[in-house]
Amino acid sequence: MRISVFVLGLASAGLMTSTANAETLTIATVNNGDMIRMQRLANDFTSKNPDIDLQWVTLEENVLRERVTTDIATKGGQYDVMTIGTYEVPIWAKQDWLLPLDNLGEGYDTDDLLPAIRSGLSVDETLYAAPFYGESSFIMYRKDLMEKAGLTMPEAPTWDFVADAARKMTDRNAEINGICLRGKAGWGENMAFLTAMSNSFGARWFDENWQPQFDQPEWKDTLQFYVDLMKDAGPSGASSNGFNENLALFQQGKCGMWIDATVAASFVSDPEDSTVADQVGYALAPDKGLGKRANWLWAWSLAVPAGTQKAEAAQKFISWATSKEYLQLVASEEGWANVPPGTRTSLYENPEYQEAAPFADLTLKSIEAADPTNPTVKPVPYVGVQFVAIPEFQGLGTTVGQLFSAALAGQMSVDDALAQAQNVSEREMKRAGYIK
Amino acid sequence: MARAVSTRRKTIATIAAWLVALVIFFPILYTVATSFKTEAEAISGISLIPSGTFENYVQVQTQRDYFKPFMNSVVISVGSTVIALLIGIPAAWSMAFSPTKRTKDVLMWMLSTKMMPAVGVLVPLYLMFRDFGLLDTRIGLTVVFTLINLPIVVWMLYTYFREIPGEILEAARMDGASLVGEIVYVLTPMAVPGIASTLLLNIILAWNEAFWSIRLSAANAAPLTAFIASFSSPQGLFWAKLSAASTLAIAPILIMGWFSQRQLVRGLTFGAVK
Amino acid sequence: MATRQTRTLARAMMAPAVVLLLVWMIVPLAMTLWFSFQNYNLLNPITRGFAGFLNYEFFYTDPAFFQSIANTLIIVGGVLAITVIGGILLALLLDQPIFGQGIVRILVISPFFVMPPVAALVWKNMIMHPGYGVLADIARFLGLQPVDWFAQHPLFSIVIIVAWQWLPFATLILLTALQSLDEEQKEAAEMDGANVFNRFLYLTLPHLARAITVVILIQTIFLLGVYAEILVTTNGGPGYATTNLAFLIYRTALLSYDVGGASAGGVIAVVLANIVALFLMRAVGRNLDR
Repeated sequence: MRISVFVLGLASAGLMTSTANAETLTIATVNNGDMIRMQRLANDFTSKNPDIDLQWVTLEENVLRERVTTDIATKGGQYDVMTIGTYEVPIWAKQDWLLPLDNLGEGYDTDDLLPAIRSGLSVDETLYAAPFYGESSFIMYRKDLMEKAGLTMPEAPTWDFVADAARKMTDRNAEINGICLRGKAGWGENMAFLTAMSNSFGARWFDENWQPQFDQPEWKDTLQFYVDLMKDAGPSGASSNGFNENLALFQQGKCGMWIDATVAASFVSDPEDSTVADQVGYALAPDKGLGKRANWLWAWSLAVPAGTQKAEAAQKFISWATSKEYLQLVASEEGWANVPPGTRTSLYENPEYQEAAPFADLTLKSIEAADPTNPTVKPVPYVGVQFVAIPEFQGLGTTVGQLFSAALAGQMSVDDALAQAQNVSEREMKRAGYIK
Repeated sequence: MARAVSTRRKTIATIAAWLVALVIFFPILYTVATSFKTEAEAISGISLIPSGTFENYVQVQTQRDYFKPFMNSVVISVGSTVIALLIGIPAAWSMAFSPTKRTKDVLMWMLSTKMMPAVGVLVPLYLMFRDFGLLDTRIGLTVVFTLINLPIVVWMLYTYFREIPGEILEAARMDGASLVGEIVYVLTPMAVPGIASTLLLNIILAWNEAFWSIRLSAANAAPLTAFIASFSSPQGLFWAKLSAASTLAIAPILIMGWFSQRQLVRGLTFGAVK
Repeated sequence: MATRQTRTLARAMMAPAVVLLLVWMIVPLAMTLWFSFQNYNLLNPITRGFAGFLNYEFFYTDPAFFQSIANTLIIVGGVLAITVIGGILLALLLDQPIFGQGIVRILVISPFFVMPPVAALVWKNMIMHPGYGVLADIARFLGLQPVDWFAQHPLFSIVIIVAWQWLPFATLILLTALQSLDEEQKEAAEMDGANVFNRFLYLTLPHLARAITVVILIQTIFLLGVYAEILVTTNGGPGYATTNLAFLIYRTALLSYDVGGASAGGVIAVVLANIVALFLMRAVGRNLDR
């Protein structure tokens, strides 16, 4: 018994020491297409930096978030570079868990980063994560169906127009749903959409004293509007649909409109996968005339955990992956349409990119329209457009998301869902000590 | 006459059994079929005959090397099972052949250690692993799987050993066999079916364990469950690629299971056979 | 018969397993108990300190708590019912002489080799999805309205997926037991003119009792902790319809990163699991004694 443990130990120890001289960076990243492409192109980095080896840990979004959060909070030290979102950055930076990115090298041109994105990744003007790609949300719609309904989509529609159009486009016999929206429970699933939507209805999660606001009429308007609209014009099974499910529906021509991440535009306009590629139009996320639109802001970003021994190499890598030169590299290898969007002003000024990505202009406008530090009509004590950047939000957002998806599924009335949401939020906020 | 009835009965039973078996197997069959479809085909409704593209497998392999997680899965699941057997065989032997009043309680207690919800102890265990330097090592995962499966191993072996008549052992003892000799030359050969199926069942359980294997590994020790987690639910269409990755992850254990099903079944009695 | 020497040796041989499991149980349990009385949020290390029974109170008063216990029991009970009854029927069928027995048996046991997250993804996206799932296609072919499984019957859907994974296990054990049934006994019963039903009731079923007990015991242990299938398919929703105790702890531990709360939940889960185990032992345990 002891011998076999020993042999096993030797075997795995032998395997672990295979990389001798070079410094090995362990990079945790999400399995989205742009990151996969970065791994493919990483030879460019290692050939320029022969003393640095790269080692990837690619995981789906939820698992990745669990892994990196557990690791950084327990100082496990498994990763040298972490891919994190705009939700994590302000929270982690405040805990001093991230190293400030002050050594990105000459020519990095920090000022070129889109201001909305940059401010979401900075605390007290210091950049703690570099954006790899950024997104907002907007409307994707079918031009042919819109025309058939006798309507024209304005560039900046209102919710009333969208609801009206959705109901007119719906044709149950032809399996066409006027609008597809997220319904699957989760703080990054239905609550990302609904929180952004509620901003445009004048609602907010908390007032200035962290008192939850689900008992206010603005939330009632938001949720009722959403549930009614989805009942009349949404697809069946909406309460378990997230980004991917709706993407599949849209690509098969089963949605008249879809409000979701701007990165979806490159999927729905790709003729290889999408049956409706040539009929897709874009518009800004709707509003209610209150000064805020229902669009969010997110950036998958690269950051260096404070526990790493390889901070210098890590910053070198981040500088490479988020540089202008990287965008050029992707463009030359795989075409401008595949460049990671939403991070740099210069990209949107590039005529080649504008031509390759017809949705570029509206993507930029959407990103610019989102303001994480001032997300709502009424004042709030928190940062974040479609989330609240406090540690308690993931759990709370998911619970509220469960309640709202029950309202969507018809298992609970809108009033009950809101009352329970208010109840659990007060409970959670009391426990965390925000309110008495 | 009798034969005619029996043939007819056999035919009916055959049709029924095949129908049920195909229904049960269908999700796997469909996954394999989907792995040969394009992404657009994969979401456009039922069809078992794909266009026959290998593109998904190529993409899966270029995106993430299959061999390393595969080797990790093999080393960890086989290693943990073998160690669990080495610890479990003596324990089960002594429980079966020198039982005390408390043997039953000890057994039940061992099983009850499996009732601790894994998520509840993640952080404490993560901290311990960090302090012992076991994070992202094959040894760390092997240790955890050994401990997770040990109760099942002991229990399966115990129930199997109990089937072995004590007289044989006593006869061996009369012949002057030492205790070790008794185990090695008398008991083990008789218990081979039980040990074999214990081995197989626990390799399967360890292979499919998807909580600790992902949470305690990063780049070096990540087994196939982590391989799968890098293909599920990215932004964009993924059913076909995920199907290909799933097929790759399931295939080794499925093939092993198919070839060894006779051994698996023979010892899988848990003492349930008189 | 056993001498003192062999008895000592027997103890010594049991020791490694017992000691290891003791450590494996006590250390995490002790740490969990310790943390369950601490205010410890991973993302908020500043607020750490003694919490008294606050974590327990908070977990216990969670609006989802009682439903999650009910859901846990429904999942365990539902899956057990399906796998035991289905397993007996399947075992009886596979025990018949049929053409291609080996292949059929292989097909039936295959789901056991599929990793839980993969099984859940396949069922969710390819089988049960109301838009492009196979079941929806069949429903449309028959002119019916496709069922929106995860919205209309969320808990039932979870039970189906989990039962699919465990049916092979039950079938295998029951089949092994069935095949050990004495051929002569069967023939004797047939001679006595006992009909199929009676033979099953008075001969086969009693013979299977121990095997059924084993299936129930082992599966219960695994089924109490089901959460991956829920996470992948419904995220515990809609409402709390599919939140079981394991998922509630998951939500506390890996979404809220509330180590204290999750530890309290873990302790509560252990206590409840042991109550279930005790109940089980009372109900079916005597079958294990000969």
